[in-house]
Amino acid sequence: MPAHFSRRALLGGGAAAAGVAGAFVAGRATEESHAAAATPSAPASYPFRGAHQSGITTPAQDRLHFAAFDVITDDRDDLVELLQKWTDAAERMMAGDPAGTVGPVGGPSNLPPDDTGEAIGLPASRLTITFGFGPSLFRTDDGSDRFGLADRQPAALRTLPHFPADNLDPARSYGDLCIQACADDPQVAVHAIRNLARIGFGTVSVRYSQLGFGRTSTTSVDQSTPRNLFGFKDGTMNIKAEETDDVSEHVWVASGDDPKAEWLAGGSYLVARRFGMTIEVWDRQPLGDQEAFVGRTKDSGAPLSGGGEFTAPDFDMPGSNDTTIIAPDAHVRLVHPDFNDGVRMLRRGYNFVDGTNPLGGLDAGLFFLAFVRNPDTHFIPIQTKMAANDALMEYLKVNGSALFAVPPGARDGEYVGQALFA
Amino acid sequence: MRTTLVAVACLAAAPFLAACTENTDSNAGGAADTGNPRALSVESTDDGCQVSAAEAPAGTLTFDVTNTGSQVTEFYLLGEDGLRIVSEVENIGPSLNREMTVNAPAGKYFTACKPGMKGEGIRADFTVTAAQDGSEAPTADDQQLVDQATTNYAAYVKDQADQLLAKTQQFVDLYEQGEDDQARTLYPDARTHWERIETVAESFGDLDPKTDLREADLEPGQEWTGWHRIEKDLWPEKARDYTPLTPAERATYGDDLLANITTLHDRVQGLTYTVDQIANGSRGLLEEVATGKVTGEEEFWSGTDLWDFQANVDGARVGYEGVKPIVEQKDPELATELDSRFADLQQLLDAQKSGDGFKNYSQLTPEEIKALSDAVNALSEPLSRLTAAVLS
Repeated sequence: MPAHFSRRALLGGGAAAAGVAGAFVAGRATEESHAAAATPSAPASYPFRGAHQSGITTPAQDRLHFAAFDVITDDRDDLVELLQKWTDAAERMMAGDPAGTVGPVGGPSNLPPDDTGEAIGLPASRLTITFGFGPSLFRTDDGSDRFGLADRQPAALRTLPHFPADNLDPARSYGDLCIQACADDPQVAVHAIRNLARIGFGTVSVRYSQLGFGRTSTTSVDQSTPRNLFGFKDGTMNIKAEETDDVSEHVWVASGDDPKAEWLAGGSYLVARRFGMTIEVWDRQPLGDQEAFVGRTKDSGAPLSGGGEFTAPDFDMPGSNDTTIIAPDAHVRLVHPDFNDGVRMLRRGYNFVDGTNPLGGLDAGLFFLAFVRNPDTHFIPIQTKMAANDALMEYLKVNGSALFAVPPGARDGEYVGQALFA
Repeated sequence: MRTTLVAVACLAAAPFLAACTENTDSNAGGAADTGNPRALSVESTDDGCQVSAAEAPAGTLTFDVTNTGSQVTEFYLLGEDGLRIVSEVENIGPSLNREMTVNAPAGKYFTACKPGMKGEGIRADFTVTAAQDGSEAPTADDQQLVDQATTNYAAYVKDQADQLLAKTQQFVDLYEQGEDDQARTLYPDARTHWERIETVAESFGDLDPKTDLREADLEPGQEWTGWHRIEKDLWPEKARDYTPLTPAERATYGDDLLANITTLHDRVQGLTYTVDQIANGSRGLLEEVATGKVTGEEEFWSGTDLWDFQANVDGARVGYEGVKPIVEQKDPELATELDSRFADLQQLLDAQKSGDGFKNYSQLTPEEIKALSDAVNALSEPLSRLTAAVLS
């Protein structure tokens, strides 16, 4: 058995990776028919390297494993070395290869393998791995500069303010570093986080992680709009990768946006919020009320002012009872760009169910992930308004929250975030 | 639950016979083609109102209304006088589809679409013939039951608001005078009257945040006032680095609370209710229990959540019992189930009584909390069908 083989090679019976690509796609047609149907033109895998990190405008995959880490060393070199190792491992895993150079079964029998092996035989599954840096990497709460990065901290990279209805659990919030792994197969996403965490032991400690299923947004026009756990289509208005002008305007940090943090140009900010849903109470709301809270029909996702899913809502259309047909506190109205200075977010949220709570209710909700050019303009004002006024907030409890700066993509020969440490 | 009582999707002026649900089956437009003479379809355009038949046999009629016009429309079944609304469905957006179900006895009627919700609508004669199969609808003489229910509920709300105002006055006096032990005793007692009518109280969007906001729900820059601000000052044990309020600050917060409760008291004097609002209010009160009280989040500082819990249940039960004579006619099984579920929940609450009130939330075991939560769910599920039953 060769010392270095790819998971695809295993699937293809040891033929060269390029040679098995066709068979691999054909084989996947049945096992992943759901995901394949959602993104008919998606390639089998995505490249790790490029101007931007993968996993942002990439068509949202169906599964998520997100992890936040605390850095437990004071040594800047150790931190850099970890980012180099993570870069190598991420590049390999996204290509469908093992995390290490030896692989899960190729090494000596008296050593643990450098890949954990649960992805043997699985395709790349369109895995994307996205890295981010939290505010606490630059400066601790008491202001100390941990790694000589404080003068390069982006102005907008701070602990998010307290929002109404936030009831944050520190063990589900914050973090010095984060990794978002998305894939069409949960085992592949978990495999990625598990191996990256393992590589980091001694340098970082896992602070929390979150599994997600059922992407709740759409980042490509090729995708159909999925549903959240309230049963409503979610992400109808999301920025799509094909809307390149909007992506440039609302997602990527531009050169000059923050003179202290020029290293972030081409990157983005990642907002992660764990919205618990009081599922049982929601399920007892009459259909008409549910639709009034959202401002859309549950069936087609059309705005209550009529048309189809993608028809622009008419917020002025009068309704019965001397009010507009889309209520003043309807979710669709409060978050709409028309009422938020035209800003849009690129969301990549996922449904989650983490078993049940002590009262027997589902510990379920939406793990909200949004990529924005500037949280001060593109997230905080909208979340403040939503938390105070949105009818849906009666059924939401936020218990996790974090903000990260997502560096641009790593070019050939670079490690992720290299410009920050240069 | 600021939306529960007011944001009723199908508020009906004469709700007793009206019901409105959305028809999620967009292919059901041809209901009249199924051969069921009681299934009718309606197409409402900007200047037309096409009803699939001009007559139907008495019984439960279903009108599947599709709006193919460009503005919001409504559909009505009106009595022979052209004035009495027998049933209506509102807020049908362009290209959307809603269903209206009505129990109609034999007689002469009008159908009416109202595109743009203006004028008297585009009307047509409609006849309900005597049923051949014996499924005659009940006559509409139960208006008396409706009147009784709404009158009684208005009186109940006013009575609770009177007691709330009186006890808040006493509470504020004690608090401002520094009689903390007595103020602590009166706090859950006074709030009982708020919690019993919480869905009404919360329908005033300006007053609710000033009176009942919890610390966790503050907006940035928002001043924290009301019951829970004072609660923290009276029970600061769980707070970190808490600075007690000065007498002057106490007077400020106390006077503010009393002023807002006085405003609430004045406003409810003129309020009237429909039976669906009463039924929705019952559901909303149990929702309050499920989200805030059974979890111990409402009275974080004082731990008096069980008083609120009982008060919400009281309010829900009074609302239900007010409309119960109607439910007993429409859906006797639901009435039986609700009676027994209310009794089960009350039995669990009774077990937590202590003196004139209740144990502190912190004294409950996880098993007891789970049992209460299960009982709330068991009651809330049938209660979520109450409004539809009352309107059927």
